[in-house]
Amino acid sequence: MSTLIHLLWLPLVAAVLPYLVPAGARLDPVGFGRVASGFILAMALVQVAAFDYAEPERMQQSMNVAWIPAIGVRFHLGVDGISLPLIVLTTLLTFLCFLYLGRRETPDAKLLTALLFVLEVGMIGTFLALDLVLFFVFFEIVLIPMYAVIAIWGGEKRRHAAYKFILYTLLGSAVLLAGLMLLGVSAGTFDMVALSERQGFDIARGVQIAAFAFIGLGLAVKAPMWPLHTWLPDAHTEAPTVGSVLLAGVLLKMGTYGLVRIAVPALPEGAEFWAPWLGCLAVVGIVYGSLACLAQTDLKRLIAYSSIGHMGFVLLGIATLTATGINAALFGNIAHGLITGLLFFLAGSIKERYGTGDLAGIGGGMLAKAPHLAGVLAFAAVASLGLPGLAGFWGEMLALVGAYQPGAGLPRETFVTYMAVAAVGAVLTAAYFLRLLGKITHGRSGTGAAVADVHPVEWASWVPLIILVVLVGLWPKVLLALTDGPVRALIGAGS
Amino acid sequence: MTVLAAQAVVLPFLGALCGLLLGPWLTRVLVAGGLRTAEDAPTAPPTEARGVEEHVEAVPGVPGEPVPEEGRPAPAGLRGGGSRGALGPVLFAVLPTALTTVLTLVIALTVWRTPGTRTGTLVEVQTGGPPILVGLSVDGLAALLGVLVGVVALAVQVYSVAYMRDEPRYSSYAAFVSLFTSAMLLVVFARDLMVLYVGWEIMGICSYFLVGHHWEDKANSRAATKAFLVTRVGDAGLLLGIIVLGLGAGSFDIATVLDEVGGMPHTTVVVAALLVLCGVAGKSAQFPLHTWLPDAMAGPTPISALIHAATMVAAGVYLVARLYGVFLAAPVALAVLGVLAAVSMVGAALAALAQRDLKRVLAYSTISQLAIMTAGLAVGSRPAAMFHLVTHGAFKALLFLAAGCVIHAVGSNLLADMGGLRKAMPVTFVCATIGYAALAGLPPVAGFFSKDAVIEHAQSVAFNGGALDVLPAGDQGIPGWVAWTVYLSLLLTTALTAAYALRAWLMTFFGPEREAHEAPAAMRWPIIVLAGASAVIGFFGLAAEELRPHFGAAAMALLFTAAGAAGMFLAWRDAPASDPSDRMGRVRPLLENAFYMDGLYDRAIVRPVKWAGRVVRGTDTRVVDGAVEATVPAARGLGALARLPQTGNPQTYLTGLLAGAVLLVLAVVALT
Repeated sequence: MSTLIHLLWLPLVAAVLPYLVPAGARLDPVGFGRVASGFILAMALVQVAAFDYAEPERMQQSMNVAWIPAIGVRFHLGVDGISLPLIVLTTLLTFLCFLYLGRRETPDAKLLTALLFVLEVGMIGTFLALDLVLFFVFFEIVLIPMYAVIAIWGGEKRRHAAYKFILYTLLGSAVLLAGLMLLGVSAGTFDMVALSERQGFDIARGVQIAAFAFIGLGLAVKAPMWPLHTWLPDAHTEAPTVGSVLLAGVLLKMGTYGLVRIAVPALPEGAEFWAPWLGCLAVVGIVYGSLACLAQTDLKRLIAYSSIGHMGFVLLGIATLTATGINAALFGNIAHGLITGLLFFLAGSIKERYGTGDLAGIGGGMLAKAPHLAGVLAFAAVASLGLPGLAGFWGEMLALVGAYQPGAGLPRETFVTYMAVAAVGAVLTAAYFLRLLGKITHGRSGTGAAVADVHPVEWASWVPLIILVVLVGLWPKVLLALTDGPVRALIGAGS
Repeated sequence: MTVLAAQAVVLPFLGALCGLLLGPWLTRVLVAGGLRTAEDAPTAPPTEARGVEEHVEAVPGVPGEPVPEEGRPAPAGLRGGGSRGALGPVLFAVLPTALTTVLTLVIALTVWRTPGTRTGTLVEVQTGGPPILVGLSVDGLAALLGVLVGVVALAVQVYSVAYMRDEPRYSSYAAFVSLFTSAMLLVVFARDLMVLYVGWEIMGICSYFLVGHHWEDKANSRAATKAFLVTRVGDAGLLLGIIVLGLGAGSFDIATVLDEVGGMPHTTVVVAALLVLCGVAGKSAQFPLHTWLPDAMAGPTPISALIHAATMVAAGVYLVARLYGVFLAAPVALAVLGVLAAVSMVGAALAALAQRDLKRVLAYSTISQLAIMTAGLAVGSRPAAMFHLVTHGAFKALLFLAAGCVIHAVGSNLLADMGGLRKAMPVTFVCATIGYAALAGLPPVAGFFSKDAVIEHAQSVAFNGGALDVLPAGDQGIPGWVAWTVYLSLLLTTALTAAYALRAWLMTFFGPEREAHEAPAAMRWPIIVLAGASAVIGFFGLAAEELRPHFGAAAMALLFTAAGAAGMFLAWRDAPASDPSDRMGRVRPLLENAFYMDGLYDRAIVRPVKWAGRVVRGTDTRVVDGAVEATVPAARGLGALARLPQTGNPQTYLTGLLAGAVLLVLAVVALT
């Protein structure tokens, strides 16, 4: 047994508890959610405090018990330098979502609270699981609550978006499951630690290529990788704010995390075969996402497309198969979670105030109407466009570094071309974010109705993100010191 | 030593942070303690052009508490703010900058007494590839630039207290100026290329926010966006250049990179140098990435003085000087730099001749003067280039701040609205005269010595067919024609500079007299200090043999200066109230629009990118997502097909069964 189990059963109990309260006793579900998610965040911080930073590459707090002995599936959990930041990100964003929810009355708050906690179980479990089947189970647990959150609390076209989300990602999951089974059966074990230590030596090249294709495809839907991204803009546009925040902040990371944790170390030859293709689709995504953003007219849709570009950088980092590139990917994951989480919070608040997410409908002059709101938006936009000194920069920069000198066996010229194209994408990213700021924060306010400035509860849910974006940006070592060791172990053990 | 430098970098940063967060609180504390803002200069409408009155709408939530004025009502409509109402932010802006200036002076003094390079590293960040060394390095070059940044930043902060006294968003303005100062010092003192890049980009974003300070006007917002994006294009190249250098050398440490350059493949060095040049052209507004600088004049004038004249735009030149070893190993890049410099200096000087807006005259002049520095670097004279960088920093900051006084007095940026201010603004007049003399390169003011040092060097390189004396004898220098182009462009620019400087000077201070008030003390003193500096720092060049003027070349340059000035004076003499550039006739629109580069870029880049954006958006909905959505009817169709046989009618099933049996029998018969 390890303390990690608390991170799983606590949210599960929290999901059920509001339904067990006797009808007489009045319980504010969101208030309960704040307390419970805060407690879970505290549990995650305990893990941070207990973590042995001298050995970030070692699986700590391991727990490994038999689960389905018939097929050798084990309940294996553990945390290392790669998963620790993601656990903190997940628990933090969930807590901030509950804080934000309490701002005003939510219909069916009890159900929403329960769903968010189930979601949290799935998200945390995905990052803790060290067994392929267990990973897949947690990976799937996430889908249903997110589907319900979009379908019940979403916008006008929520049904369509929710169906698309669940069908598309389920299809991805089916492929993923096939890949995981192929990998597990050919390697003779479902244990992820053993798989990455053995670096795929005993799996035939053809099987590796096929397994990587399946696993990669399944995870790429989640990431999302161009051209498998089209569920994302719809889901984001229709999802309620907390749904968007968790979707962009955590769910997308599960795809890239899976690539780093499973596909790349366990299937090195498959990875080498597919890496140029992955890199190609990644840079296409970067440029394509940025260009699409330039022409968007809806705030949430714009941020959704910007995620495609940013996750393109993460995928490019993975595709380089270098320690630098994978560090970049993990850094980019966290940075994108913090920044885009903040951006979706802002988009939700703006949409709520103006009654529309349409850029023309919002009009200009937000700096005059609600200076702090516009100021935070400008901060988030600047962070998202990759300004050095804020979190977004380091992931992108290191991905470019990785692409300049890709792993052994990869075509260097191709990757140098990717690097140049990605750099163009970075310029386009700046272009659409500044266009956005110019369009809605600048200019005269016109005759529109008054707009409330940032509410204290909003401050409470945004300030932690702002502080972390600055902290991680000014002190990138916070994350790199954690990820560098495990990444070198994942990449280097075989070579 | 590096600890001092670190303090110099961090202090303005903390000042910015505290100014924003604690400024209003400090104001309250001080006011409660009986202190009041000591502002007694006559009230004047804040200027920075049309539309300041409308800034009032932006007041809610502005940090900076209204302070009761002593016997004087606040200007109508202004509810709070302006530097006069924000004592806390003023203190947080000025004091840290003052301390930083002292620190930079101490650093410079120490380096002067005991030369050498001192480096210190705070932490080494592992990236999986070459580590990033978060650390600083102080040598003579950095110390010199540090002093320039410190002094100009302090002058601008003090000046802004008066200039922005009625500005409702003073505290965010001052915070960005402080943040900028911090970022620029980080660029100056960085020992690692990645750390330098961090400072480099933060400067860019400060420039964006400050150019767009008056964001009510969409034109300012567009100018800010343009400034950031055009430089970002160059910066993307710079980042790639840094990566190429860093991975080539196995370290981003500047000293290590310079040590390793000799061992890198020649192509790598050339590519890296050219990529770095992209960043230089963007930041230092050199052709073909110069178009953002004139538009950036939309920012408040003190910002133009600090960021768009003295410091940030000089960072590109400084970067080339920092990485000079890389460029010397790749003379091709130096030749490219020389050609760009020649185009920039002549083109911008021509454009400066025809501008109607005083600040745009100075902006084009800045492009032209920065090109003189890059020309100095291209012909292998780093000392001359750095010398001109420092003198230009002083006299151009002076010219902008003096222009700010004039704009403050007449309430307009346009030269046509100025004129005859000689008597009304004597202090400004004298200071500006020193500045224009330095710009035109008249002895004994600073600009003369530094420009002359560049010209002399260019001359000797041109006479030697392009051989650079910084390289070992026999090594390939820059092509002879490039050296000649640079040299002749420098002489031509000298004449043009004299002409446009004289035009601006005459149109501001001469002609029919005009009523106006002299600038308040907080604005006067900074320009007096900078004028003093512009007058004397040229003599420091006499200490170094390579910067000392020689009669032949100096006289030649002065002849060109005299020719340019005489031409302009003759054009002006007949009609002192009108614009002498009107006489250029049909050429004028071409020059005034700077050869229509903006229109060209709009057609060649901006519109195609926007079009591509719309195409991608359409494709995404119709093709990529269209395919996904099409699976729904496709699945339904398949379902319907599969459902066809299941009609629920037993007769159909029986018929099918029978038909199948018959077919099977026939098949068996046929096959056997």
